[in-house]
Amino acid sequence: MNVTRGFTGRPRVHNPGLPPGQYDAGEDWPVLSAEVTPDLTAADWSFRIDGLVERPHTWDWDAAHALPESAYDGDIHCVTGWSKFGVRFGGVSLDAFFHVVRPHVSATHVIARSHTGYTTNLPLADLTGGRAWIVWAYGGEPLPAEHGGPARLLVPHLYFWKSAKWIAGLTLLDHDEPGFWEGNGYHERGNPWEEQRYSGD
Amino acid sequence: MTETVTTNPGAPAGGPGGPATRFAVPGRIAVSERVAAVWQTATLAEIRRETPHAATFRLAVPDWAGHVPGQHLLLRLTAADGYVAQRHYSIASAPDDSGHIELTLDHVPDGEVSGWFHTVARPGDTVEVRGPLSGFFAWPGDRPALLIGAGSGIVPLMSMVRHRRRRALTVPLRMLVSARGPEELIYASELGAETTPVFTRTAPQGVPVGRMTAAHVAPLLAEQPSGGWEAYVCGSNGFAEHASRLLVAAGQPVDRIRIERFG
Repeated sequence: MNVTRGFTGRPRVHNPGLPPGQYDAGEDWPVLSAEVTPDLTAADWSFRIDGLVERPHTWDWDAAHALPESAYDGDIHCVTGWSKFGVRFGGVSLDAFFHVVRPHVSATHVIARSHTGYTTNLPLADLTGGRAWIVWAYGGEPLPAEHGGPARLLVPHLYFWKSAKWIAGLTLLDHDEPGFWEGNGYHERGNPWEEQRYSGD
Repeated sequence: MTETVTTNPGAPAGGPGGPATRFAVPGRIAVSERVAAVWQTATLAEIRRETPHAATFRLAVPDWAGHVPGQHLLLRLTAADGYVAQRHYSIASAPDDSGHIELTLDHVPDGEVSGWFHTVARPGDTVEVRGPLSGFFAWPGDRPALLIGAGSGIVPLMSMVRHRRRRALTVPLRMLVSARGPEELIYASELGAETTPVFTRTAPQGVPVGRMTAAHVAPLLAEQPSGGWEAYVCGSNGFAEHASRLLVAAGQPVDRIRIERFG
């Protein structure tokens, strides 16, 4: 252990919900995107799942909202170090979308695409089983544009760059391909509990 | 130091039927996994005050593999009880072979890590760093660069300015930087003709006071260099939103704007 002389850190209580290397952002919700926030309205928004699926499908705003509602109550973790506790997102579980398109058994990975062109890659298993959502509400209000509104992907058990803002679609693949940040030195999976921040972690 | 410019094949255009909100800005450089994964001990060599709230910390990192201007690192401090605090900081210095890098840190109110640097740290202290990290906000010095920053958002941009000077590059570069007043303008004595400061609260006699506007951005976009500008925006989220919208409104393509925001 490389102790820093005179460093004590903030007064703290052990929080078992805080992954290693993270701090509690409290009420703050920092915005971290490398791109210009798009002017994207609900009427412009669409969401498509294609690739290795039986029935590729595109939902518009109303069609997506016609699926069964599902909320996430819990925590989120950003690779830059902050975590945010007790957040509530409203939307639809990705399971409901996958139920329509029926993934092939050969599908192992997913590239998530944003309306801006941003991409991120995920194992398909991280998006199924009630662990991922398309969300458009935050704390009961419409999701703000700078946080990915009108709708974003939510994969709260991974670092938040995987939760692509302004989500446009998912393409199912039988192999892994790096997305935007993964091609810029970040980890392929991004599990906060294993501190999978950068390539090589 | 790697300066390989790569394209990013994993960035297709936006979704079908979507509006014209293209981004897909390719990464600028390849990032070394090996270098980025290793924690190194850095020894504080020198502290220089820049403004009442910001100081530059020069670190000796003998095995530093080099960086590209605009890249950042991850820094960690460890308390005696094992508690660790990690923060990302942009690198302020230009790439060189001195075995040193410089960080310029604002003293954030209640800042756990910046507080230690500003009130406890002295030459000879050691911290740990890993990096350089990320290939996105990097500028190897190959394309005309339009830099827009506010507050300590000038830090990665100054690395670019210093790099251009050190290498005597002739590629066009202009910088717009916003500060509350002249005494809070970081690196003020180093800024040259490439830089236009914008003062939001106080300014020298005869210099206007106010936030950055279209009138600051328009002249720079009117004098487009060959191949156009690559824009780099760094600052708080509020500033980054404002500045990036000014750029878009003035005609800068969204896929040629790179943004680094801090909370």
